[in-house]
Amino acid sequence: MSAVQNQNKGYNFAYLDEQTKRMIRRAILKAIAIPGYQVPFAAREMPMPYGWGTGGVQVTAAILGPEDVLKVIDQGADDTTNAVSIRAFFAKTAHVAVTTKTAEATIIQTRHRFPEKTLNENQTLVYQVPIPEPLRFLEPRETETRVMHALSEYGLMHVKLYEDIARHGHIATSYAYPVEVAGRYVMDPSPIPKFDNPKLDNCAALQLFGAGREKRIYAIPPYTAVRSLDFADHPFERTKFNSCCELCGATDSYLDEVVTDDKGGRIYVCSDTDYCEERQATGFSPHMREAAE
Amino acid sequence: MTQQPVLSVRNLAKTFVLHLHDSKVLPVLDHVSFDVAAGECVVLGGPSGTGKSSILKMIYGNYAVASGEIRLSQKEYTTDIATASPAEIIALRRHVMGYVSQFLRVIPRVSALNIIAAAARDAGKDDASSIQQAQKLLSRLNVPERLWNLPPATFSGGEQQRINIARGFAGDHPLMILDEPTASLDAVNSAAVVALIAERKAAGAAFIGIFHDEDVRKIVADRIIDILQFSAPGKILAA
Amino acid sequence: MSALLTARGITKRYGARIACESISFEVAEGEVLAIVGESGSGKTTLLNLLSGRLAPDNGNVFYRMRDGNDRDLASLTEFERRLLARTDWGFVHQDARDALRMGVSAGGNIGERLMAIGDRHYGDIRATASDWLARVEIDPLRIDEKPTQFSGGMRQRLQIARNLVTRPRLVFMDEPTGGLDVSVQARLLDLVRSLVADLGLAVILVTHDLAVARLLSHRILVMKDGQVVETGLTDRVLDDPQAPYTQLLVSSVLAA
Repeated sequence: MSAVQNQNKGYNFAYLDEQTKRMIRRAILKAIAIPGYQVPFAAREMPMPYGWGTGGVQVTAAILGPEDVLKVIDQGADDTTNAVSIRAFFAKTAHVAVTTKTAEATIIQTRHRFPEKTLNENQTLVYQVPIPEPLRFLEPRETETRVMHALSEYGLMHVKLYEDIARHGHIATSYAYPVEVAGRYVMDPSPIPKFDNPKLDNCAALQLFGAGREKRIYAIPPYTAVRSLDFADHPFERTKFNSCCELCGATDSYLDEVVTDDKGGRIYVCSDTDYCEERQATGFSPHMREAAE
Repeated sequence: MTQQPVLSVRNLAKTFVLHLHDSKVLPVLDHVSFDVAAGECVVLGGPSGTGKSSILKMIYGNYAVASGEIRLSQKEYTTDIATASPAEIIALRRHVMGYVSQFLRVIPRVSALNIIAAAARDAGKDDASSIQQAQKLLSRLNVPERLWNLPPATFSGGEQQRINIARGFAGDHPLMILDEPTASLDAVNSAAVVALIAERKAAGAAFIGIFHDEDVRKIVADRIIDILQFSAPGKILAA
Repeated sequence: MSALLTARGITKRYGARIACESISFEVAEGEVLAIVGESGSGKTTLLNLLSGRLAPDNGNVFYRMRDGNDRDLASLTEFERRLLARTDWGFVHQDARDALRMGVSAGGNIGERLMAIGDRHYGDIRATASDWLARVEIDPLRIDEKPTQFSGGMRQRLQIARNLVTRPRLVFMDEPTGGLDVSVQARLLDLVRSLVADLGLAVILVTHDLAVARLLSHRILVMKDGQVVETGLTDRVLDDPQAPYTQLLVSSVLAA
């Protein structure tokens, strides 16, 4: 056993064999070359069930290097089960440095949130994706959705938004809100809240999306135009919260609702734990009510 | 002033082949020739079974022609209905030929007024004029107003036939083809039809028709052509 | 060619069986052509060949596009064919469930074609859908209901609205009244008749029902065993049938 393998308890670096990584990297390159297009790939059986981030894990495993610093978040938090397990997985099989600080990470694997802190060109965001096809629930046939993407037939996507407005008076889709990438492909940005959609637009970091069960990889290269779909008379609107974070006073971050007692008491706190902790450490609190930068 | 006849029938022949009865051949008519001029009413006479109705139907394009010509002349050109395309015949039915059969073919849901107005619209009238035309004709033919907005399916035979006649006359066509139009009408309504015919004749329309009622025939006919003379050789006549 | 659609020598075989044998005809703008025949006559196959759903083994189908050019359907790219099917053509199926999105509201069903060609104003799309519902005699207040809540006749009328919203010039209909109750049929036929007249639609209509052919069509094609046995003006073919099979067909119909 090599020193590296000994270090990694007998696993190849980052679990996957080198041939598999090569295959995944090819898929990633193709995805970057065609922004928003779902590239099929030969997903492997991973040591966690489908629905637990196998797609994201395979993408991360394929791009991870020994010098990388990895952050894993689940719904914005570093300390929930999914994030902790995956971080431990890579610590064991790749022995890479891990962190909870967004600013220090080179690769951030995320389930269902985009970090509050602005990302830079040296960072890669890897999303875990359950259902990659934005049209799936309207058009169950894969043969048909592939043709629709190929021919840019996106009328049906707007039908979904129309139905929302008809039913709720406004576009009620609050997560997995469909976007148009580089003026061509319509994409599901994974179940991130629509609050996060504007962050995908012209982002400095590379964004990679992995769906393990569905075996698809897609990508948004840095500085790419990403537009949320809407109607001329119902334009895309960012979610607004009525309160600020109870812990750090932030008014510009996505808030989680936390039930505090059985009498209806609740508080709102930042979903991004790193962002919140950083603000608290620098002295922000709800009483100061600082405006967002 | 000799006017070109509106309708010129030359050597018209008709034969039926009954494929369901061992392809029995039934010759009916041969060498039918006559003219109809504007402003005149030509009546086809003769016993039943001689093929009078068939002649009218061939003129209207409803029956196929075995041989011969049916020349319909308008201002600038002449069409031979015997060899005309379906599109040409449809155009002629819209603007040139009107047809009144013995019975109204009922279609559900369309009111009497709209049946007639539709015929007027087909002939080129606008919506408002078409409705007016329909109302005028319904009044002329003594159809009570309470029936105007009802579909004719439940009308009596006489009422239905008057709708049929109104529809046929709605387009102000230069050639009118009438197949026993007054057969189911009483004296009062027959008289109304006779008056309509006279009016249109005076305006220059040509009429060709079959009238079994002697009294009506006497008034409307300018000429009577006995169709018996055109019976096809080998035709079996009723005893 | 001044015709809207031209079929030339259309042939389709399934192994040794001939579904359509060398069929040629034209359809002009605003003309309704009925294709009648019994089961196995090839009429549905012919409709599918004419609408580009099936490729013929021999022969061509030409269509005069909105820009005036005559195109061989076989030369259209899939993109062009699908765009044509969504804009200048309509296809009314016998079963509305084959054409409607049952999980989408009536308004969404009608608006889909508009959204597919790039309409992006919700209010306008909704207003147009509402108009069309009224035109096909569905209460516009039901615009947000799903077709699952509609009767068969209503679904069929919704299907028609969904097809006509982009003002197609040619509509294919496959037994549009099949399976409907008689009174419902009558209403649907009346609607089709008026829409055809109002919009100047050309229609190619497949039916086994001669009464429907008589009511709706100008011309008729009688098919048997993949061949056209007789063609001509509808009332002429039905009142003075020349071909043996046509005579059999006409004499077989029971009068009510």
